[in-house]
Amino acid sequence: MRRISASEIEEAARKLVRATFSNLSVLEERYKLALRLEESELGREALSILLENARIAGERGIPVCQDTGVAVFYVRLGQEVVVEGGGLVEAINRGVARAYSEAYLRKSIVSDPLYDRRNTGDNTPAIIHVEPIPGSELRMGFMPKGAGAENMSRVKMLKPADGLEGLKRFVLEVVERAGANACPPLVIGVGVGGTLDTVGWLAKKALFREWGRRHPDERYARLEEELLEEVNALGIGPQGFGGRLTALDVRIEHAPCHMASLPAAVNLNCHVHRVGWISL
Amino acid sequence: MRAGRRIETPLGEEVVAELRVGDRVLISGRLYVARDAAHKRLVEDLLEGRSPPIDLEGAIIYYMAPTPPKPGQILGAAGPTTSIRMDPYLEPLLRRGLRGTIGKGYRSGRARELMRRYRAVYFAAIGGAGAYYSNKIKSSRLVAYGDLGPEALLEIRVEDFPAIVANDIYGGDLFEQAVRRWRK
Repeated sequence: MRRISASEIEEAARKLVRATFSNLSVLEERYKLALRLEESELGREALSILLENARIAGERGIPVCQDTGVAVFYVRLGQEVVVEGGGLVEAINRGVARAYSEAYLRKSIVSDPLYDRRNTGDNTPAIIHVEPIPGSELRMGFMPKGAGAENMSRVKMLKPADGLEGLKRFVLEVVERAGANACPPLVIGVGVGGTLDTVGWLAKKALFREWGRRHPDERYARLEEELLEEVNALGIGPQGFGGRLTALDVRIEHAPCHMASLPAAVNLNCHVHRVGWISL
Repeated sequence: MRAGRRIETPLGEEVVAELRVGDRVLISGRLYVARDAAHKRLVEDLLEGRSPPIDLEGAIIYYMAPTPPKPGQILGAAGPTTSIRMDPYLEPLLRRGLRGTIGKGYRSGRARELMRRYRAVYFAAIGGAGAYYSNKIKSSRLVAYGDLGPEALLEIRVEDFPAIVANDIYGGDLFEQAVRRWRK
């Protein structure tokens, strides 16, 4: 058994949020790479502005994008860990509130979706997914998720007969409909299998994957490559201004499912996609 | 970005008539900043016969909600938000003389038809370039709905704010043209 105090978790969450927003070099590298690949004039102009934007953000200490997102956490919690002196969820939320206030990030959360869309004032509550793992480590991933790309994401309960082709059609349909609105070039998370509730998480979990990694199952890895190529043939391009780069990556996560089901989810993220990790 | 044509607010009808899809512009002057919740209130004011807190004649609305400024800054990150969410509120504003909007992404078919009818243009800005646009803002003032926090209605002054004409008054659409040209 390993004891971790709630205040340690709070501090780790705070640090993680701050570090993730401060990591601008990852964005600069991404836009430089995109500029090497993009052919369209307007698409290149947009990418040049984004590269300059990342530089200005660093110089002036301003976030790259005003949508500093809903705070999404992926907590891999060792089963031998005991959290002391408070709750895990409350600790993470306190860390989020402190980081968003200290770093002058935008508070974008409203308290009730229908009856009281009042800003909670500190960007909490965060969305927190906890996955038990063997051992005594607590590992936290953080992704600020903007609404532009989230709003264009979708879940669909496909039929088993739709199969691989049905999944591909669905992914392309989502990206095509999202067009300029999701802030391409995109990072695309695809979930397939499970149930209605879990497939959305699979798609988001795919977005947490380390940059540049392919799925370990080579069939899925190949499907990721094929989808990336087909998405980029859509011609939407950076900011929807036309071009070769509609997406920077496609990642798929899958799970077993009922013999009658083929749930699918596509979770889009914008070009400002960032994920940070911390271990306790 | 390729140097654009300089335009100033309030926008005259003759300027709007000259703009075409794909034109790069540099906007200077006063912009109103409003998004979802501020639009809801603004349109409620108009529909219920109250005079709006802003002068819409020839005005440009920028769909945006900034991050809070650090001490000494005017605003924090100040890039565009997705415009299509404001489409349901567009007509009463156009009827009052709104002549331009700035945001990111494509508009609904209905909004495009309304812009043609009321002779208004839509400018696309670069989504995710919040720090870059922040540098173009020279002043900011709270006008109304302060209780909405980041969604409050602001008046800002900008200098050489770069954008691209995405919908002109002739029915042209930048995003449709782009896909037609680049789709394989």
